[in-house]
Amino acid sequence: MIKFLKLILIILFLSTNVMAGSDGELELSKKSKAVEDCFEPLNRATFSLNQGLDKAIFKPIAKSYRSLPPSIKKGTGNVVENLSNLITIPNNLLQGDVKLAVINTGRLVINSTVGLLGIIDVADDLGFPKYEKEDYGQTLGKWGVGPGCYIVLPVLGPSTIRDTAGSFVNVFGGDPWYNASVNGNNEFLSENVFLASKVLGGVEFRANNIESLENLEKNSMDFYASLKSLYLQDRQLKIENIKRGNIQIIYNDEGDWEEIDTK
Amino acid sequence: MKKNFLFIIIAVILILKPNYTLSIEPDIFIQSTVNRAANTLGGNLTKEERVEELKDIAKETVDIEGISLYSLGVYRKKITDEQLIRYKKVFKSYFLKSFSSRLAEYTNPEIDVYSKEKINQNYTIVYSKLVETEKRPEVKIDWRVYTKNPDNLLIRDLIIEGLSLARTQKEEFSSIINSNDGNVEALIKNLAEFSNQ
Repeated sequence: MIKFLKLILIILFLSTNVMAGSDGELELSKKSKAVEDCFEPLNRATFSLNQGLDKAIFKPIAKSYRSLPPSIKKGTGNVVENLSNLITIPNNLLQGDVKLAVINTGRLVINSTVGLLGIIDVADDLGFPKYEKEDYGQTLGKWGVGPGCYIVLPVLGPSTIRDTAGSFVNVFGGDPWYNASVNGNNEFLSENVFLASKVLGGVEFRANNIESLENLEKNSMDFYASLKSLYLQDRQLKIENIKRGNIQIIYNDEGDWEEIDTK
Repeated sequence: MKKNFLFIIIAVILILKPNYTLSIEPDIFIQSTVNRAANTLGGNLTKEERVEELKDIAKETVDIEGISLYSLGVYRKKITDEQLIRYKKVFKSYFLKSFSSRLAEYTNPEIDVYSKEKINQNYTIVYSKLVETEKRPEVKIDWRVYTKNPDNLLIRDLIIEGLSLARTQKEEFSSIINSNDGNVEALIKNLAEFSNQ
């Protein structure tokens, strides 16, 4: 109960802060502003540390993971995705999307039971709409909370003040999977199970992006800046719930292109 | 006789309109460009030959000058004329190297163009997807095509899964300039170093 109250206080604090500083329009409805890199020297140092860890630990693990049979990778990926519903559903509700919350609850129930604890994505086979993850950072963004400064977290990587605050909501009662694992007094679950599920999610993400990140690093003059740009673009799309291929993505960047008149 | 007459008519048209070219639709332009690139990547060429072929394709189909100006962002208005000349020259080398090097990694990519959307007189977005294989999932690729001159369509941006490569490059360049107290020379130096690697 106390954790829930803390959660509400964090959300209220963040949202009132933004309302006080805004002119009544939502930050994201305006032309997207550059996110400040207030801690750049520290961020770059953390980025170097993360790159070292990645080369020594995460990338080799991701490569080993890739060599597993496709059915095992598919199953573990499905389990991790199914668990993420526990964060997505409350965020669907907080964003006022009751219909999607109901659909995702149905997905969670079906996959956790018929789908053997989420190993098989039965809901997908039954024709449920494509699953889109939501988190508390996205909800805060949707409510008009600006991103704040860009930060690079040790191990976890790119984030913003808003998105980091959103992640804290998870451990203050916003993630039922965390609550059940760490505080649930359950003989089957523990903090280690929770951590293992998060590590698995990270390994899966890294394994899916080995070539694209290698290619980006090889062809970047400033890899730090390239990753920062891609992370911030991706978060903007997720917060605005812009589906890939939506023309809105193009219009967000139109002004600058219109100035270029070469031929 | 009829054939000769037709030939004369066509010759006269071509002579009277020396700039005459057949304008094509942006989606057909993109499909033919990706087919050319796929043929290059799927052929029996050495890696060096592939890179050279890809550079030729880029020179013909990409608005390298337009992208170079866009990538400068706010510094477009601050750069001197002399710097701009040097910048455009090193950018072209950088772009061709980066572009061909990125693509040369792929073997036999299959890209399907499936629709297009006109934004305004100058731009059309062409939607395509890199077809899923056992090793990689389907990837959505949208192309910003500069259509101001319908007889000379040019690619200005690739938007991969919603992420704009041109915008990423612009922000990377901005970061390099900002880290050097707003000095564009630092970017020109970096571009030259990258190209000479």
